[in-house]
Amino acid sequence: MINFIELMGFGPKGWGALLLQAALMTVTVSCAAFALGSALGCLIAWARISGNRVLQVASDAYTTVLRGIPDLLVIYLLYFGGSTALTAIAQKFGATGFIGVNAFGAGAIAIGIISAAYQSEVFRGAYGAIAAGELEAARAVGMPRWLMFRRIIAPQALRYALPGLGNVWQIAVKESALISVVGLTEILRQAQVGAGSTRQPFAFYITAILLYLTISTASGWCFQRAETITTRGVRRG
Amino acid sequence: MDFVFLFDTLRQLIAGVPLLLKLASISIAAGAVLALLLALMRLSGSRALSLIAQAYVFVFRGTPLLVQIFLIYYGLGQFPEVRQSIAWPLLREPYWCALLAFTLNTAAYSSEIIRGGILSVPFGQIEAARACGMPRFLMFRRIIAPQGLRVVLPAYGNELILMTRSTALASVITLMEVTGIASTIISETFRAVEVFICAGAIYLVINFAISRAIAIIERRFSKQVRPLAVPAHI
Repeated sequence: MINFIELMGFGPKGWGALLLQAALMTVTVSCAAFALGSALGCLIAWARISGNRVLQVASDAYTTVLRGIPDLLVIYLLYFGGSTALTAIAQKFGATGFIGVNAFGAGAIAIGIISAAYQSEVFRGAYGAIAAGELEAARAVGMPRWLMFRRIIAPQALRYALPGLGNVWQIAVKESALISVVGLTEILRQAQVGAGSTRQPFAFYITAILLYLTISTASGWCFQRAETITTRGVRRG
Repeated sequence: MDFVFLFDTLRQLIAGVPLLLKLASISIAAGAVLALLLALMRLSGSRALSLIAQAYVFVFRGTPLLVQIFLIYYGLGQFPEVRQSIAWPLLREPYWCALLAFTLNTAAYSSEIIRGGILSVPFGQIEAARACGMPRFLMFRRIIAPQGLRVVLPAYGNELILMTRSTALASVITLMEVTGIASTIISETFRAVEVFICAGAIYLVINFAISRAIAIIERRFSKQVRPLAVPAHI
């Protein structure tokens, strides 16, 4: 046990600082992916409720495909596919050799487009929860569409979407572990490195699990707070 | 589009389907048993049992499946006690480690779904069953299970699809299922897009089959609750 504390501590032999840095990387890449997923998810939800048949089918296909295909495959596609494309483009400009895409970028985009599929469903449900009368009223007073989105739809939809978004965020954090496969030094990758060089895999993977649990508990608490804040104006009972 | 390459890739990838289905079906079946046990622990009324089940669900749902796989496959071997135990011939194999990780993981998610299903049965019916002295197991079999199952099916179908999708992670510990073969082909040919299309198509076909099967079972189970056919002119 003392050995374990020394190993994970901040002393000269400790891996604590590196692991914390890796945890920060996990949070950063998850945030980037989640933000991308929100933007894209909003557009997809919009396409879904637009009433345009083609857009509807396209967004339906997007969510079905990305929720059904392994996340690992999507990461491989963006990382290796991206590198191949980049190399081909560079060769057009006279460069030689292989150019790899950045693991952070490829990983964040991969998790982001998967997250968008989940988030679009959350947003669609939240939009459906807004009272139709309010939208009608906004249209009746001739409110421009963008203003209606900003003043009527967005604030209320966000309130209904929060619990669902909390779930999707937790999924994004967990999926970020897969980016370790293409070499991004987040929690899992750092734990692998530590396990390899100290021959104590159990200690490192247990620490990784503890770090993930800390992140999920802390973010669960944050979402709870956000929910209390956004529902202040709602009367209960 | 290079159809010869696509066809060849598809042929190679399909060789990984049996392993994928084996991993998914065994872990789902074993996971369901464990999940039922966890749900019953949670609802047993015993504080200790409920806390254990809650902690289990918290840990397995709060951490990435890949970390759980690594902990079992690489982590357990750290202890000489494990290496000398009778379970070692199994725990040394990536196949059994992946199965174990998948089972433990899906059990945590399914137990929450099952718990929701059990709780959805109106309490009056359970009270009635108790009042006429029905043994607990009979009550579970006749009153709770059939009604709970109906509520559980859509969410459980989702979990089945997610689990099938998760079996891709077995490729990280060298198992050659569809994603494993796909990543090998990608690193040999650097044609990520074509391989992705083929592998993706395989997963989509499997998921489609699962969701159709669930829809059929759902319809069969909800026969008696379907609204009566009302003539349209009323």
